[in-house]
Amino acid sequence: MLTVWAILIDGLIYASWLFLVAAGLTVIYGVMRILNMAHGSLYALGAYAAASAIGWYYNGGGDQLWIALTLIAVCAIAIGALAGLIMERGVLRLMYGRDEVLMLIVTFAMLLVLEDVMKIIWGTTPYFAYQPYAAMGRFNIGVLTVSGYQLMVVGVSVAVGLALWFWLERTKIGKILRSIIHDREVSEAMGVNVRRMFTITFMIGAALGAIAGGVTAPIISVVPGVGVEVIVVAFAVVVTGGLGSITGAAIGALIVGLARAISIHTMPELELFIVYAVMAAVLIFRPHGLFGQAVARKI
Amino acid sequence: MGLQKSEIMLVAAALAIGLLSFVIPDWLAFTTTLAIASALVVLGVVMLMRAGLVSFGQGLYYCIGGYAVGMGGRFLGVTDALLLIGMGVVVTVALAMVLGLLLTRYREIFFAMLTLAFSMILYGILVKSHNLGSTDGFGVGDWTLLWFDPEGGKGSRTVLWLATGVGLAVALFLNRYFGSSMGLACEAIRENEVRVEYMGMSRRQILYINYVIAAAIGSVGGSLTSLAAGHVDPTMAYWTISGEFVFIALLGGTGHVAASFIAAMIFIMVRTYAVELFPNSWQMILGIVLLMIILFLPKGIWSLFTRKRRVAS
Repeated sequence: MLTVWAILIDGLIYASWLFLVAAGLTVIYGVMRILNMAHGSLYALGAYAAASAIGWYYNGGGDQLWIALTLIAVCAIAIGALAGLIMERGVLRLMYGRDEVLMLIVTFAMLLVLEDVMKIIWGTTPYFAYQPYAAMGRFNIGVLTVSGYQLMVVGVSVAVGLALWFWLERTKIGKILRSIIHDREVSEAMGVNVRRMFTITFMIGAALGAIAGGVTAPIISVVPGVGVEVIVVAFAVVVTGGLGSITGAAIGALIVGLARAISIHTMPELELFIVYAVMAAVLIFRPHGLFGQAVARKI
Repeated sequence: MGLQKSEIMLVAAALAIGLLSFVIPDWLAFTTTLAIASALVVLGVVMLMRAGLVSFGQGLYYCIGGYAVGMGGRFLGVTDALLLIGMGVVVTVALAMVLGLLLTRYREIFFAMLTLAFSMILYGILVKSHNLGSTDGFGVGDWTLLWFDPEGGKGSRTVLWLATGVGLAVALFLNRYFGSSMGLACEAIRENEVRVEYMGMSRRQILYINYVIAAAIGSVGGSLTSLAAGHVDPTMAYWTISGEFVFIALLGGTGHVAASFIAAMIFIMVRTYAVELFPNSWQMILGIVLLMIILFLPKGIWSLFTRKRRVAS
């Protein structure tokens, strides 16, 4: 029984982290039809920004938890949105209208560039930002102990999910974005400035990736390459759920999170394997993911 | 069928490498071997690209080829290089025939992501296999080639000749293959697969055979790499390695088999120097070059040659 609870709680924590990482990826794909391989680098950017900000704050004698958390959020969102703006205006804009799969390679090129830009800015030594994690202590749930920070990550993840839902379903911009998803040309004819919407979407998606990194920074040691590891797991989640669907990303994150928790508690040697095995298994039966929509083939 | 002009050129290039191998320094021989080995994997990526598919997981077969050589020597006591390569091909073809059944149902991003997932599954398994050295991998034992018995560390010439010979055979085969009705059908699938079906061909069968051949060639490339480097580790299956193959494929373009060899040589030479000169910005250079190719040379460096020829005529 204990294991079952441990699996459920670990799975939930991991799933909420996965959703945070995958949300930006799926938003960008949903609107722009670009699968952003550089998403992992945006995650790493957010993590580096948050880690340096927290290091700066605590080294300067600060000890207020809420200020540290605000710093994480502000720095991550700022750097993510800025990087997104540069990437969209500087590179992607030149490539619109090409194949989806070519855009995959374009974003792969941006990933290579960003990885080295981060090495130049932050060097190769690890950054630590454990203070907020330590400050939030640990809680007992029944017989299990869970860190307060990780519970907060679950909260952040739920909040991000709700905010995205509200943004897409209840605001004017969301309505415009949905019209672009349905038919880009018609919405352009109706006076929608598609290019500006693309810029906004990419900035928001990039900021989401950076938030995921910023929130994760206190849990990990921030080293070069964190982004490259994250991106494939994020892909697995969004592809399992169905590319471009927020609900899909949430369900995908839950499935992958639980599957990984089950494997860690029962067969730890299969941990890496299980994530991709779940994705492959879902795609065999639902070639476009659980919530994906099939596209008609051209004739 | 008489000899085509490209075939004569390919044979001449192979002979030139064979002759030059007596005068070039060791490091260049090693680099050339690695370039030929990578070019074979890249040719697999190019084969898929001609059919409109981008594989971000060709490292799967590259890794299997490498590990087959290492494990064949270590656990089965096989030392003959050709036999080891053959074992890799057999394992690869068996796996590709199963995965191909699934993968040929997917296109574009889904194909790219699924191939990536499969190579990461292998990576995950290898990282957790402690008797195979986990993330460190393991050394490949001494090997022999027919009647040659290259001594450890000094085998660089033998492996270069082996790579040149195998590379030439594959290049000649693919040169014919690209011009065959199978090869042309792949390009037709890229343009419009429904019309291919109208012409009475099975697109899945074509893609399937194409995929299996591409996998087998990738495995040969991995085997040659591990014979030359004397070491295998799980990063061979990591997705960024597959990304490098896609990079080289785009650099060379799909115009001609020789393009992959030239591109691989450029890539490996540039990498050797760039890693020493700019260790922290080498990937950035790679990324910028990749963007430049996509923007200005969408058909790869081979288009530079063909463009000139057209101007001349």
